[in-house]
Amino acid sequence: MATLAHIPTAREKGLVSCRRCTRVWPIAQSVCPRCDASLISRDKHSLSRVWAWWMAGVLFYIPANLYPMLTTKTLLYTSEATIVGGAVELIHHGSVGIALIILIASVLIPVAKFFSIAYLALSVRRGDPSTSHSRHLLYEMVEYVGRWSMIDVFVVAILSSLVQLSVAASITPGLASLSFALSVIFTMLSAQAFDSRMLWDRIDPDHTARDNVPQVESTP
Amino acid sequence: MTGPAAVPVEDLETLIACPQCDALYHAHAPAKGETAKCLRCHTVLISPKNRAGMTIIMLSIAIMVLILGALWFPFLQISQSGFRNSASLVDAALAFSDGPLVVLSITVLALIVLIPLLRVMLLLYVLWPVVFDRPPADHARAAFRWSETLRPWSMAEIFALGCAVSLVKVANLARIDFGPAFWMFASVVVIIVIQDRFMCRWSVWNSIDPRHSR
Ligand SMILES: [Zn+2]
Ligand SMILES: [Zn+2]
Repeated sequence: MATLAHIPTAREKGLVSCRRCTRVWPIAQSVCPRCDASLISRDKHSLSRVWAWWMAGVLFYIPANLYPMLTTKTLLYTSEATIVGGAVELIHHGSVGIALIILIASVLIPVAKFFSIAYLALSVRRGDPSTSHSRHLLYEMVEYVGRWSMIDVFVVAILSSLVQLSVAASITPGLASLSFALSVIFTMLSAQAFDSRMLWDRIDPDHTARDNVPQVESTP
Repeated sequence: MTGPAAVPVEDLETLIACPQCDALYHAHAPAKGETAKCLRCHTVLISPKNRAGMTIIMLSIAIMVLILGALWFPFLQISQSGFRNSASLVDAALAFSDGPLVVLSITVLALIVLIPLLRVMLLLYVLWPVVFDRPPADHARAAFRWSETLRPWSMAEIFALGCAVSLVKVANLARIDFGPAFWMFASVVVIIVIQDRFMCRWSVWNSIDPRHSR
């Protein structure tokens, strides 16, 4: 069994890998003949794209918290609720569980994502191999969890189309829903632009050029 | 940069690199039902399944029928002091109808209906000829590339959870019931998860590789 420390990367072997179909080619190849994806050993511009989308995501997250997410009109009252305001209201009504889902999906996850992506983008400059593992795990979490922030936008869409009971009760979407959705989309694009292979690059590639390429191991 | 390649070019076909961390391996197809994972980052590299192509085609057709059906039935029904209303998927997607929010309507419609539909159609286009022993479709490679790109943007399962959250959120305002479309959509979510388990991207790329098949 190959030890983790000794698996060479395609780049260290003078090859370029296709991130789409996992095939490997000589490093000069620029388009994958198997799947037509463009091949880049390490995307130098990847970080600037990450930061550009990241900034857009952060920027749109601010109005998403200032403007109302939805407006509720009933016979007795009209209330406009921001993301956090809506959650607080839910807690007052006793639905602590749902308030938590909303707070986690709309506040905790987006903010944690901003910090995580920034940390990952900054971390590749130092390239400390001992933390590659945990940083990659963080990256996978960001990739996996990010989409779920969209849930609040869907809730607003569902409620606004459903709660249209003439004078008795009606719910209309607020401007925050748009900027929140854009913030989620931009942050997803930021995470996708990140080239996670950079997390595993070592500073002294010569050292590893002689390592043997292991067999894939399969488990049931 | 490293020096000359340590691996001869003609052997490249037997190699496989992890798309997430670039770790290099000698590829060999594991037995059906087994999974080969990257030793370093645990990304699944190869996972062939028995009759995977046929299964994916059947599930794709099921998804298509269910989504198209779910469009027209009510999703949720609400009633309070004599007033009643029901919302379909289309209604939910088109809830943002005034001013700049129209952009959001289109986005929501795309994320929960159009992209999931487009993905299964692309998969059918790619896998149909493969399963029935025909040469790959003309644009099979572009189609599969697109279906992979669209994967994170297909948000049916998130929408389904959103329904459950909505239900509780207005529970104090009115009475809400799930309509037939909700159950159809919930089964779409389950089927998508199962379909993904049958999908071995390495095998699909091999089957539509131009130098393999002709
Ligand atoms: Zn490729
Ligand atoms: Zn890996």
